[in-house]
Amino acid sequence: MNVEWYLVVSALVFSIGAGGVLVRRNPLVILLCIELMLNASNLALVAFARAHGNQDGQIFALIVMVVAACEVAVGLGLIVAIYRRRLPIDVDELRELQG
Amino acid sequence: MAEVFFFLGAIGALAGAIGTVSLRNPFYTVLALVVHLLSLAALFLLLRAEFLAAAQVIVYVGAVMVLYLFVVAYVGGGDDPLRAAGSPRLRWASALFAGALFAELSIAVLGTGLTALGEEGAGFSPAFGTPAEIGRLLLTDFLLAFEVASMLLLVAAVGAVILARRRTGLEDPRELMSVGDLMRSGSRDQLTGGKAGTMIEVEGPPQR
Repeated sequence: MNVEWYLVVSALVFSIGAGGVLVRRNPLVILLCIELMLNASNLALVAFARAHGNQDGQIFALIVMVVAACEVAVGLGLIVAIYRRRLPIDVDELRELQG
Repeated sequence: MAEVFFFLGAIGALAGAIGTVSLRNPFYTVLALVVHLLSLAALFLLLRAEFLAAAQVIVYVGAVMVLYLFVVAYVGGGDDPLRAAGSPRLRWASALFAGALFAELSIAVLGTGLTALGEEGAGFSPAFGTPAEIGRLLLTDFLLAFEVASMLLLVAAVGAVILARRRTGLEDPRELMSVGDLMRSGSRDQLTGGKAGTMIEVEGPPQR
């Protein structure tokens, strides 16, 4: 398969994830959509690594996975903290920082 | 044969992504993302990234998604009510934005002058993407990134525990009993006052 096909799939998944971040209001689902975007970038990185016959892109994708895991841990911690304080789990309602 | 597997993986990945965005129940959303991640692991295998595919299945599908499922179960992720006022316009604008983004990315990918993209890919050694090769690279060329990643994971784990800890303090003075007292008395009843579970469980579900 040509590498272009993988890149098109990656672009599609990234666009779907970006649209999801804009549409959804549950912070859990927004985190999941950010995961979608990170995975789309991972796919592009691995496809380019294959295109160039160089494994550095795979290392890059691995580090992206580590960063994504950290982001998930901190984000879920925030959601649990929001829930503990009896606040609504809705990004439209949580606007106290806005002043 | 590779084409068949590619289209299977791509359709699975796209269906999982669309399900993640469109499903109402957060529980099903997480399950759709699991489908997406498994399909993506198949695509990684087709791209000769064996170690990455294994890490994807073990780390993402195995660990991160379980974390998500636990939080969804804890928070009680009911359905996500889509508000009526102003929502349809916002959704159309979002869909328009996503479409524009895809068009832009496609133009960037397909209109590029990179000749390598239209081919099967460069030649590679048989060890391309195997755990041995990835491990060698991580411990030689990318040692700094490797160590920084481990530090980042530690910081994130500690930060998550700090963020999610109980902030209200101890409401029941009996909870101040030291572990030594507990060991001496040898019974759990004194600590929890006969009631099992954490404070939140004793209080019942939070009132909204």
